[in-house]
Amino acid sequence: MTHNEKTIAAIATPAGVGGIATLRVSGAEAIEICDKAFVSAKGKKLSQLSGYSALYGKIYDKKQPVDEAVCLVFKAPHSFTGEDVVEITCHGGTFVMQKVLRVILDCGAVPAEAGEFSKRAFLNGKIDLSGAEGIMSVINSQGEQGLSASLNILEGSLSRKTDEINNSLLEICAHISAWVDYPDEEIEEINEDEIIVSLKQAQSELQSLLDKFDSGMAVTTGVDAAIIGKPNAGKSTIMNLLTGYDRSIVTDVKGTTRDVVEETVNIDGCILRLSDTAGIRDTGDTVEMLGIERSREKIRRSAIVLAVFDSGDELTKEDKDLIELCKNKPVIPILNKNDTACRIDKDYITSALGEAVEMSAKDGTGLQELKDRVTTLLGTKNFDPNAAMLANERQRQCCIKALDSLKEAEFALSAGVTLDAAGVCIDDAVSALLELTGKKASQAVVDKVFSNFCVGK
Amino acid sequence: MEYFAKKYQVAVIGAGHAGIEAGLASARLGCDTAVFTINLDWVGNMPCNPSIGGTSKGHLVREIDALGGEMGKAADANTLQSRILNLGKGPAVHSLRAQIDRRPYSEYMKKVLEQQENLELRQCEIVNIEKCENGLWKLRTNLEAVYEAECVILATGTFLASKVYVGDVSYESGPDGMFPARGLAVALKEMGVPTRRFKTGTPARVNRRSVNAEILEEQHGDERIVPFSFDNNIDIQNKMCCYVTYTNERTKKVILDNLHRSPLYGGKIDGKGPRYCPSIEDKIVRFHEKERHQIFVEPCGYNTEEMYLQGLSSSLPEDVQLEFMHTIPGLENAQMMRTAYAIEYDCVDPLALDASLEFKDFSGLFGAGQFNGSSGYEEAAAQGLVAGINAARKVQGKEPVIFDRAQSYIGTLVDDLVTKGCSDPYRMMTSRSEYRLILRQDNADRRLTPLGHEIGLISDERFEKYKKKIELIAEERKRVEKAVVSPSDKLNDMLVSRETSPIVSGVKLAELIKRPQLNYDLLEEFDTERPDLPYEIFEQVEIDIKYEGYIKRQKAQVAEMHRLEVKKLPADIDYNSIIGLRLEAREKLSKIKPKNVGQASRISGVSPADISVLLIYLEKEGLR
Repeated sequence: MTHNEKTIAAIATPAGVGGIATLRVSGAEAIEICDKAFVSAKGKKLSQLSGYSALYGKIYDKKQPVDEAVCLVFKAPHSFTGEDVVEITCHGGTFVMQKVLRVILDCGAVPAEAGEFSKRAFLNGKIDLSGAEGIMSVINSQGEQGLSASLNILEGSLSRKTDEINNSLLEICAHISAWVDYPDEEIEEINEDEIIVSLKQAQSELQSLLDKFDSGMAVTTGVDAAIIGKPNAGKSTIMNLLTGYDRSIVTDVKGTTRDVVEETVNIDGCILRLSDTAGIRDTGDTVEMLGIERSREKIRRSAIVLAVFDSGDELTKEDKDLIELCKNKPVIPILNKNDTACRIDKDYITSALGEAVEMSAKDGTGLQELKDRVTTLLGTKNFDPNAAMLANERQRQCCIKALDSLKEAEFALSAGVTLDAAGVCIDDAVSALLELTGKKASQAVVDKVFSNFCVGK
Repeated sequence: MEYFAKKYQVAVIGAGHAGIEAGLASARLGCDTAVFTINLDWVGNMPCNPSIGGTSKGHLVREIDALGGEMGKAADANTLQSRILNLGKGPAVHSLRAQIDRRPYSEYMKKVLEQQENLELRQCEIVNIEKCENGLWKLRTNLEAVYEAECVILATGTFLASKVYVGDVSYESGPDGMFPARGLAVALKEMGVPTRRFKTGTPARVNRRSVNAEILEEQHGDERIVPFSFDNNIDIQNKMCCYVTYTNERTKKVILDNLHRSPLYGGKIDGKGPRYCPSIEDKIVRFHEKERHQIFVEPCGYNTEEMYLQGLSSSLPEDVQLEFMHTIPGLENAQMMRTAYAIEYDCVDPLALDASLEFKDFSGLFGAGQFNGSSGYEEAAAQGLVAGINAARKVQGKEPVIFDRAQSYIGTLVDDLVTKGCSDPYRMMTSRSEYRLILRQDNADRRLTPLGHEIGLISDERFEKYKKKIELIAEERKRVEKAVVSPSDKLNDMLVSRETSPIVSGVKLAELIKRPQLNYDLLEEFDTERPDLPYEIFEQVEIDIKYEGYIKRQKAQVAEMHRLEVKKLPADIDYNSIIGLRLEAREKLSKIKPKNVGQASRISGVSPADISVLLIYLEKEGLR
């Protein structure tokens, strides 16, 4: 029994600079939607295929070819979700895949929410109850981390900008509302030309936001994680261990890592944007001072922190400062160099930051435990590696929805349709933008009316 | 000594606008019903503005009428002046408002109650309420009579432990000098009903002979009067007019100089006042830059010289009220007949109710009107109707009727109250409805009369008339979709004069109606086959055609919401045990106990992710 829901799409392979990437489209209209974007080499349509078969061809964005692709068709109920599914595989890597996703969304699919494929699989009886529990916790973890993540997106300018646009729209809504609901009060007449100007302004801001968002997409994919610790605790070695090759310069000289070095790694299906920060250490060296400032900033903006301690050393003031910095953050304390004699105060760390991972980055013992801790902490252990990226795509969709509503409002006003119709369209735009914050539109408008206008008997 | 007086199926406490509709609905649905009131001479009293309707409130009255309620008919029968507000702002926000002959309105309502089969109207004060072991509610009057009822509807308005404030003077009193209900307030508290203090106020009344109306701007009624009732058969005339005047700098000065004497600014009143109905001192303080505030001088009745000063509500001392009133043009020598006052009263936190308006924790106990934290006669009447219907259905063992917010302002009002709660007295506004393009006052019957018939408050006869109207609308729509208008110089001249493009070949009549610049009247002479139909039929067809795109858009949103509304949430659900719900969502959901996922999604603090979690939880439970 297929549930009557929209057709969803998302990139199914982990983000990162990979070779091949796969986009999964699921829902009653999956095949029809993909046929709009995909032209096979043989001229055959996907709708002509039977289940479990594939076609080779190209994805087109309107008339422009985007990439070569292989489309694999699964027919309901014989698919992961139990619905009709098309898997589009391209070799262009993440950036091209984002474009393909965009095309498919433009053809009528909506971005999948965190866990949605699995949710549908469950609802269609494809996975069992214990799987369902996992999905629920993943959806939750995405919600909790949303705030920290949104801070990261272009330094939070996105949410600031949407707030700003929203406020200007709310002013209009409140004015219309006061003017309509209090006809006996001397509410300033609505000047439709002025509203059109404001709507145009909001539209162009949303548009530029969408443009900027596009370029930001490639760099904001994944969860930001900071590796911190005092100099020479082994941060760079751990990073290299996770990434699999020498990325940071590793020497025995303390304070070698002066800049924040960043790398995207895939830890058991979860994408971490790792940054190896300069060690926290009081120093007169101005270059290193700069590095430390950046580290503090980095910690603030990271969704999770890997705090590295040298188990061969006693806890220093620097270590304790570092522990203070990490409190109230999702953090994994790591006791590195557990192959040396342990001199560190383990209880102090555990009581402040929770149980520590003991490892030796040099020979890789404890690596799997660290990975498990990361995926558990991020709630991605059983699940979808794409959550963060999809959240971004959702934001983009909200902006597009708002933009469309504003276009419609402007059209209504220009065509001479009465303000009640235009007002509803502007409300819709506000709702779309508020969806990002979870506030409810009608309440926001009513509050604005009472704070801006002198109305009442 | 206490004595047993009588047992009823439904007992209504209060005979204001909520109590009237509640009592009538219950009795008309066949329940033995009692309506208790503290003062029989003031059934359906209007202690504040002498008018019914207005923006979004007019919508409520028409909806009440479409469902078989009484308010619209009573208003039509006692109209002094009628106007449609917001003409030119679009059909969704057209709002009917009528100035009402206050005393005759009250007498009309009293008589309707008196003549209603199954209903007994009784003057007494209910001083105690308790639940008996046999499941019945026991009500005791001040004269020690005991009544029993299967369901009780609390429609106490502003009477519950009410206190009147005028400047530094305060005393326990209901509105218009009536007794307050003290005992009941105590009994409800003891029972554990979550009550709180709200406040509202009313302006002064003056004698018409002392008003210099000659210098004031007159405000007349509409030429074409639209009745509230879809079932109206009386000829309504404008009998009186209203006047407009303004406050000025001197008014402002008097008020600011005496602000310290206000019980509100002096901190004597704790009750939360309505944001939309600020006193004149509130308006002057909060909107300091505004040079003047508009005041309407409205007649209180045909047989009285009393005039109501809309916009001048105040809780300042009487001497200050007189002083600032006399600064206003036209009111320089006004003789005050009643002093403006603020009134503070007990009401319930509506989150304690569910959408049938029954208490979640007290089976058979319902709340309606100002008792539920709302404000306004129309909001009260709407809730009275809902509570009356559902109390009767409970007695009869039927499922409650839940009014859908996509179908009515009544549904929006009830859903807002029981889902979002209110922190100040709740007033209906068009902006509270996200579906306002389809919830228009002109189509209230199309939205609700079939439901009213199904419930049993709309007679077969009226329903037949309604069905006929719907057929006519459909036929006329079909006709204009087919009829072709040929180009002619005359037509094109008219089109160009209305700033819309001329036609070169024949077009469908409907296409011309669709143009925002045109309407039925303008096209009359080019529409040679037009049948002779009532105006309201053309109006419906015109709106349907003109707003088709927007209406479709809203209907799609409604369908989207209904997808969530059909997913019921069991009452015994333990939100704390659901993995994945955020803390805030858990708390809010546990408190409000929404009936379905749609309602849950409207609770502030419940995010889209929480809704996904709920959906999965439900599916999972369904499988177990």
